[in-house]
Amino acid sequence: MFRIDFNKLRFLVCDDNPHMRRILRTLLHSFGAREVYEAEDGATALEMYSHYVPDIVIADWAMPIFDGLELAQMIRQPDSKGNPYAPIIMLTGHSEKRRITMARDAGVTEFLAKPISAKGLYLRIMSVVAHPRPFIKTKNYFGPDRRRNTTVAYIGPERRNGGEAEILQQPSLMDKARVTS
Amino acid sequence: MRSTLEKYKMSRDKTLAPKVEAFADHHIITPPNTLRRAIRRVVDRDLDDPVARAEQALAGLSGEFKSWMRSECDRLADAHAAIVKHGFNEQTRSELFRAAHDIKGDASTFGFPTAGAAAESLCRIIDHAPDLDRVPPDLIRHHIEAIQAIVREHNTIDKAGVARELSSRLRGIADDYLMHVNRDRPDHLEAIAAPSIVPAD
Repeated sequence: MFRIDFNKLRFLVCDDNPHMRRILRTLLHSFGAREVYEAEDGATALEMYSHYVPDIVIADWAMPIFDGLELAQMIRQPDSKGNPYAPIIMLTGHSEKRRITMARDAGVTEFLAKPISAKGLYLRIMSVVAHPRPFIKTKNYFGPDRRRNTTVAYIGPERRNGGEAEILQQPSLMDKARVTS
Repeated sequence: MRSTLEKYKMSRDKTLAPKVEAFADHHIITPPNTLRRAIRRVVDRDLDDPVARAEQALAGLSGEFKSWMRSECDRLADAHAAIVKHGFNEQTRSELFRAAHDIKGDASTFGFPTAGAAAESLCRIIDHAPDLDRVPPDLIRHHIEAIQAIVREHNTIDKAGVARELSSRLRGIADDYLMHVNRDRPDHLEAIAAPSIVPAD
């Protein structure tokens, strides 16, 4: 049986809503985290990301200046001087399938639809800590491997070529987003 | 707090070179797993339950939820007032959407799920109406007034099921409107008809 030592992890929480930041801070501190930094907009979050080098980013989607999706895209710059690999958990009120796809394609690691629950947040953090996925760099994508299963029936146009790659069996981001409790 | 030396070591670890495998049209990059240090094996009988602890802490905040919800409603009313005064522009639209979107996401946590449902309906109007200036002003106003009433009269109308009925009817009217004005926009029609990933309560 495994547990996470939250006191060894540094979090950056990005949400423009002070009530949600308070809830997130309360949950993370209850899990045992000591270092929780907070930003209320995307620009401040990016600055804090460079300064504090967080282990895990928890970002809202809808934020002023630039939103959580743009924040993810700015973090996922393969040639940046900062760390482009930090797990990004998108915590959002958006609950449409197309939004999950957009978040995935922006390089988001996990998607958690509100309403928030302690269990949902804990499971996402456990997932990014215990089961990190490799990153994929193509001409138009850089981020965590978007393949989560080995469906042989897939015939879509965007298969990668050039060899076999190991695929980590995980529930799809869509299935995981449905888990709210 | 961590010492400066520890912070330095952590940031140095993060700069360790990742393993890169090159293929015909992509690279697979395996960064060093710096988070592994936070995983700890415990005995199966370990009684510590971080989720239960967090739920208890969240319950400890619940005394503040009603006042938080009221302030979210005030923010929504202010955003609506700005639209009544100045009309829709990028700033006023964005503020109304974010205020409604926050209520949609937070209301269930705060104990007002029906207010969240009405806010979701308002978000859908803002998201999918092809021209917000042509949305009947009453449609938006009724959503905002319904959210305010549900929060204000929480202890009375929620018990009677009125709040659920109100949210449900507003959603029906909004969906009928959106289906009509998007009849020539298949991508929006598909999004409007698609089920939410959040199960209905």
